Formats: sequence, C-alpha cells, structure tokens
Amino acid sequence: MKPPPVKYARAGDVQEAIALLTEHGSDAKVLAGGQSLIPLMNFRLARPSILIDINRVRELDYVREDNGTLAIGAMTRQRDVETSSVAAASVPLLPEVLRHVGHITNRNRGTVGGSLAHADPAAELPALVTGLGGELVVQGPNGVRTIPAEDFFMSTFTTALEPDEVLIGVRLPRLPGGTGVAVEELARRHGDFAIVAAMAAVHLAPDRSVDLVRLAVSGVDSVPVRLHAAEDALTGGRPSAEAIEAAAATVADAIHPADDVHAPASYRRDMAQLLVKRVAKAALERSETKS
Amino acid sequence: MSDKLTVSMTINGHTYTADCEPRLTLADFIRHGCGLTGTHLGCEQGVCGACTIIVDGRTVRACLVLAVQADGSTITTVEGLARGDELNPLQEAFWANHGLQCGFCTPGMLMSATEFLKANPEPTAEEVRECLSGNLCRCTGYDSIVKSVLDAAQKLRA
Repeated sequence: MKPPPVKYARAGDVQEAIALLTEHGSDAKVLAGGQSLIPLMNFRLARPSILIDINRVRELDYVREDNGTLAIGAMTRQRDVETSSVAAASVPLLPEVLRHVGHITNRNRGTVGGSLAHADPAAELPALVTGLGGELVVQGPNGVRTIPAEDFFMSTFTTALEPDEVLIGVRLPRLPGGTGVAVEELARRHGDFAIVAAMAAVHLAPDRSVDLVRLAVSGVDSVPVRLHAAEDALTGGRPSAEAIEAAAATVADAIHPADDVHAPASYRRDMAQLLVKRVAKAALERSETKS
Repeated sequence: MSDKLTVSMTINGHTYTADCEPRLTLADFIRHGCGLTGTHLGCEQGVCGACTIIVDGRTVRACLVLAVQADGSTITTVEGLARGDELNPLQEAFWANHGLQCGFCTPGMLMSATEFLKANPEPTAEEVRECLSGNLCRCTGYDSIVKSVLDAAQKLRA
C-alpha cells in the first residue's frame, strides 16, 4: 500500500525540529531513516499529520570517543556505525549486533536514533543500549536531558520521550580492552525480526576471574531486558560451566514473553535461556586477559 | 490535502524535476514520474528488495524513501547499469549463469550486488548470500544468482 496523505517539513537543525514538534503536537512524527515509520504508514497503522524530516540535520551524524564513553549521534546511519573503527574499538559488541539489524540496504538508511526511538521490543539496538547501561540524550524546548536506557524504554513502541522532544544521541560506556562479546539471534531468516536475541560482553581480571558481565535479551518482554541477576551470578568467580548454568537459571524470572504468531511464550522463555548460555560461553571464550 | 512540493534529482545522469505530494514514495516517483519502470515494487514494506536503487552511492529501498527526501540526490537505477545495448559485466554474468528466471527481483539483485562488489571485490559465496539476504527471489533461483555474482566478481578482477 501507499502512505496516507501527510504534510512534510524538513528541519535544518535540532532547534528547528523541536520548534516544529512544539507547533504540531503529538500528531507530528519525526522521520529519521524511515525503515520502520514508512512501512507503518504504508500499512496505515501510523497516520501522522506531518512528518518532520531530520535527515539533513548534520550535527546529529557522528561517532566519537568522549570521556570514556562512545557517543553516537541519533542520525548516524546504522551501517556507518557497523563499519566504524572508533565504534569497534570502543564497543566491539556494536558491529556484531548491527549485522543482525535488517539487511545492508536497511542499515544504509536506518539510523541509531530511529531504532531507539521506535522501541520495538524485538529490536537489537535497544537491547544493546540497555544491556550496556547506556544513556539516551534528548532535547526539548527546555533544553537537554539524559535518560538511562532502563528508564527510557517504557513499553512496546513507548519511550520516555515527550511529544516535543527529539532523541539527539546515545552514550555507551567504553568496554575495557580484551572484553569478549557475542550475539545470538533466533530468527526465521537472517535479517528478519528476532524471535529472541541475546548478547553478552565479558571481561576477565588478570587472575582470570570475571570482573565485568553485561547480558541483555530482546523479543521476550515489552521492553529490552538487562539480565542483572544473571550478570551477578557470573561476576566475581572463575568462568565455569556451573556459573553459566546458574546465570541462565535466573533468566526465566527476569522476562515476560508473550505468545504471538511467531512463537509461544514458553518457547521464547526456553530459547532466551539457551541463547544466554551460548552468548555467555562464547563471550568468555573470546575474552582475553590483559596485564 | 497536502500541498505539493517541487523536487529535482539526477537519475542515471538525467535531471528530473516535478511537483509531488509528500506521501509519494521515491519508487513511485521513479516509475510513474520518470517512466523508469525497471525499478520494481513488490512488498512496499522494505522486505522484498525489488525496489533497491543506489542513492548518493548507497543502496536504499526506494519504497521506504519519500520522493521529497531525495530532492537534490544523485541516483542510479537498473537502467543506469548498461551502456546502451551493452550489458555491464554483472548483468552479463546474470545472463550467462541463469541468474534470473521471471526477472522481477533482478533489478534489486543487480543494485545490491553492484554496491556489494565495489566494497568486496573478492567475496565468498557465504558473503554473497548475506549481501543478497534482503532480496527475495520467488523462482528459487538463489544458487544461480550467487553463482552470477561470484562470476561477475571474478571477471571484474581480471
């Protein structure tokens, strides 16, 4: 199908986008890469009165190291982050995860901010930002505020963004050198929406005990889930099969999967547990102790 | 109703200017506004890849971009690949390796592979499959399509 009639305004900078949002209220939609919004409009599931196009807001297109964090502008194309050496050095989980986001052609156009603001609970990037304890930077008429990922994602397609605010960027804590990372995704075909996705980052201390664990899953709740209990179960001790089993045993209590056409809740729960075991094991194997 | 906006873009070396509604997709602009019907529309939801074109050097789904967004862009569609009646090496390889049956998906396959081979002149079959994972072929001709892209890569390296 074709999109319903809609007005169109192109914002030249963030201030202009906020002014347009303030003027048009909640009937307006910010158009970033359009990889989710335009299909929703084609299906007539979304009927915004006006699209505020921020594709030419150059100030939101960047990937840079900033004081121990990796800062990514909201309009940075997913493909640019996937191929960025700065991103790979700072947060090696990023390129691994992005390979699962749609296909190259979607990532050429799709943006980091668009995926986060859309807040699809099956999507990979929201899970990564949640799992790593990232922060979302949003700007509105009253200035800039920073929201921790676990507070930003509120429910399916629902975030803490106010109608007159624009997501301008995301900050991720840099992972220490030698961190092992892994992603596993259950999908019908490569590039499809995840039925369940799991990701892990693990770092070992010089005595080979685990001193950093980050675990997250998507597709198993109304929001992406960081698995705090599983992280705690793995942290502190030496890596072992028992520790991984103990971590995986906490997963079922941390998630609330739903039945849908793709899979029943019980299957998603089992798969979440299985994929968490796999990514924890793989990330441990890939982590290197550095003195 | 929505006011029309004037857009202008360069497609395959020619400039096209027209007034269009904001809701007009770039794919429909190219097909109906410019008469370039080589770009095919399958799903109109960014899944099938038939409408893949190259905008400012990168492939995009033309069904997921609005024509007004492409104002000022430089675009290559499948019509821009051949030189007159002479197929380019990638098209030639599709022809030689039976890389198409009905041909509906072919323009999208060619555009995805064009971008891919520029960045990966020596791809493995696995890499070609991943590159084309966003382009659906319902004649089940994937093996021949992969073979075509690998053959083109080899000819382009020679």
